[in-house]
Amino acid sequence: MNIKKTYRDAWNTGWTAGIVALSISALGLAELFAKRNIVSGVITMGQVMVFIVPIVMAYNFTKNLSMEQRKTGPLFGAVIGATTAIPLVLLIIASTLFNIRDIFVNVSPSLIELLTFGQENAYLGGLLLLVSMALLSYLSAYTHQLPEKIKRSLFTGLITILLVGMFSEILTERIRSIFGAIFGSSVGSAIVRFLFKSKAIQSIPAIVVFAIATYVGYRKIPKTEEEKNKSKRAFIVDGKVQWKTVIPLAVLLLILPLLLGTYLSEVTNNVGIYILMGLGLNIVVGFAGLLDLGYVAFFAIGAYTMAVLTSTGPLGLFGMSFWLALPICVIVAALAGVMLGIPVLRMRGDYLAIVTLGFGEIISRLAISDMLKPYVGGAQGILQIPKPSIGSLVFTKPEVLYYVVLAGVLLALFVSWRLRDSRLGRQWMAMREDEDVAEAMGINLMKTKILAFSIGAAFSGLAGAIFASKLTSIFPHSFNVLISINVLSLIIVGGIGSLPGVIVGAAVLIGLPELLREFAEYRLLMYGLLLIVMMLAKPEGFVPSEVHKRELHATDEDFVAEAGD
Amino acid sequence: MENILCVNNVTKRFGGLVAVNNFSVDIIENSISAVIGPNGAGKTTLFNLITGFYSTDEGSIIFEEDVPCDNRPTDQITRLGITRTYQNIRLFANMSALENILVGQEPLLHSFWAEAIWRSKRFVNEEAEALEEAQRLLNFVGLQGLGDQLSRNLPYGAQRRLEIARALASKPKLLLLDEPTAGMNPNETGEMTRFIQHLRDELGITILMIEHDMKVVMDISEQISVMDYGSKIAEGKPKEIQSNPRVIEAYLGRGAASGLETVTA
Repeated sequence: MNIKKTYRDAWNTGWTAGIVALSISALGLAELFAKRNIVSGVITMGQVMVFIVPIVMAYNFTKNLSMEQRKTGPLFGAVIGATTAIPLVLLIIASTLFNIRDIFVNVSPSLIELLTFGQENAYLGGLLLLVSMALLSYLSAYTHQLPEKIKRSLFTGLITILLVGMFSEILTERIRSIFGAIFGSSVGSAIVRFLFKSKAIQSIPAIVVFAIATYVGYRKIPKTEEEKNKSKRAFIVDGKVQWKTVIPLAVLLLILPLLLGTYLSEVTNNVGIYILMGLGLNIVVGFAGLLDLGYVAFFAIGAYTMAVLTSTGPLGLFGMSFWLALPICVIVAALAGVMLGIPVLRMRGDYLAIVTLGFGEIISRLAISDMLKPYVGGAQGILQIPKPSIGSLVFTKPEVLYYVVLAGVLLALFVSWRLRDSRLGRQWMAMREDEDVAEAMGINLMKTKILAFSIGAAFSGLAGAIFASKLTSIFPHSFNVLISINVLSLIIVGGIGSLPGVIVGAAVLIGLPELLREFAEYRLLMYGLLLIVMMLAKPEGFVPSEVHKRELHATDEDFVAEAGD
Repeated sequence: MENILCVNNVTKRFGGLVAVNNFSVDIIENSISAVIGPNGAGKTTLFNLITGFYSTDEGSIIFEEDVPCDNRPTDQITRLGITRTYQNIRLFANMSALENILVGQEPLLHSFWAEAIWRSKRFVNEEAEALEEAQRLLNFVGLQGLGDQLSRNLPYGAQRRLEIARALASKPKLLLLDEPTAGMNPNETGEMTRFIQHLRDELGITILMIEHDMKVVMDISEQISVMDYGSKIAEGKPKEIQSNPRVIEAYLGRGAASGLETVTA
């Protein structure tokens, strides 16, 4: 094959990687994350963010090479790495010659320090950056040739150390309190001091953790296709509940708040509320194929219903208990779903999306309007919503509230799962595939669509009700279109139509940004990036549903089928 | 013998175009009938009118002597007992063959949607029966062992058969086949012809088909209606149609009929 062309491809890939790495640096992301150490005093997350770009690109590039060219793969990797460094080196040199901070506000001395590994001389630092990028990319491309098993174990080790490093601040706190509670606080502190230093894991423990993770990754026997298929339905195999997997999971879910502590429980609760909404929207968009962009409306309706029914403030009308109000909220939201469903019955695709978007806006305008101010408080919202309570036990702490969220999520999961594998699930799927033919098969489109809308809305209403009670006060500004977008993004990232996908999507899009607080101002940028990357690399999502996997990879399958004929 | 379907003076206009013009046809119960005609004659539009995809502008369509079925919603017409296949196969591409047939059984299922949540006895039994029936239909159309295949991955002939199986799943009285042998080779066409005959003989289903393959039409249909520019230009038994000069003219152009007559004479 044409080696020259491949080198040119590598050069081009390198430039792409270089521009991405440059953007990460110039936007201030790298510097922002430089404060978060991965391994204390050795690498920071900022460095990882810059270096990961050529490393991943080089690996992917090698993956796509023809068999004969793979032998020289590492060289191409080095080319990619070196090329990636060019824009960064130019940035470093430019920053010493001119005052470019007028334009690129984020190109600060500390960013340059990060890129040059603290070298005073910009040229020497730039060279260092270039060489190290080339070397790392060379290695990355080289690992592609290693046996599958070693590759996997290395990968496991690297990911583990990255995660431990990234979240070491939280880990520190958890280890201290868990071990402290069991063995006494001095032991807890000692363990923490041994493992961590200035909010990052120490070098030696890092090596140990890496070694253990690598070993575990090495020992893990790769699954055959059949086993993979089985493990997908691990909770129920051949109609029998697998207690061996269910019981440990149930126990873990029950004691989770004890392990997580207050802060992480709070994060988990937020994720849980989004999982609930995700499961609802998943029915509408994933199962029935109706694009709903105004999904926040039902969340708002659930929350406001809860507020009006239970608030002890001036706007609360009934002073009901949380538990009594909860089913009412769900029913009201479901009715709202029917109300939305009827007028949009004859609409499809883009039109439906626009109308639902409008519906969402109408509800949030109503919440803030003067007209409804006497009932829902306008911009001031509704205050003094009591937290759930049983007898004298008030669910104040996130650790306790967790169980309410958990119960809601489990219920929604169960209902989604049962409906998906039923007659109604088939009707939804058929409607998604071909509306006209579905109708010609005797499916009542009106009923089927309205059911999708109202069941989806009910889940969201439940989420809203719990949300209102959790915050004890609600404001119209909490219910903006961004929530709809977030929920839609999370089901796309997780895998449209997939139930585990919703959980993964919520954890990634809602949980991660909460844990990496530095993200806050880059959150939407990250969403956009993630969505673009997902659409390009893995359009079926992290945990694809069977149907969508087939759909998106249909061309491969068709090819196989044809070849088999 | 009584008529299972009476199409009486039906007209359908799209703007200025009269797609079906004052068209009438009576379909005798337990017969195989065909509608033929040049491309654009309005045959598929006729099917769309019968199955409720379009509403009629004039005229009436009566099912089983006394049930008017023009301008009824499509799903209700299916529930009456009329199902169809499509000219360009319209299976639920990303559903398995079995799932396609299960959807076809919709009109026969009665469980309430929420029963699925607690898996009521009725729901479980009904689903099990439906699955069994779907499997049986799959075997009936000769697609044994392909139930878990995605319908999009099936070979062309199998897709046609699956579409018929899906249409049969609701136990229809009248089956409309829109070009059942389109795109098939002579072998497959022969098989399909026998299969259609088999459907009528074994299941007693009345069949109305649109077909371009004259061999198929002449071999198995008992009654043929010829459409041209939305109107009926001829009707009768295969023999009568073959020698009808207006039909030859519609297919081969003005003057051809007289030319042919001289040749055959």
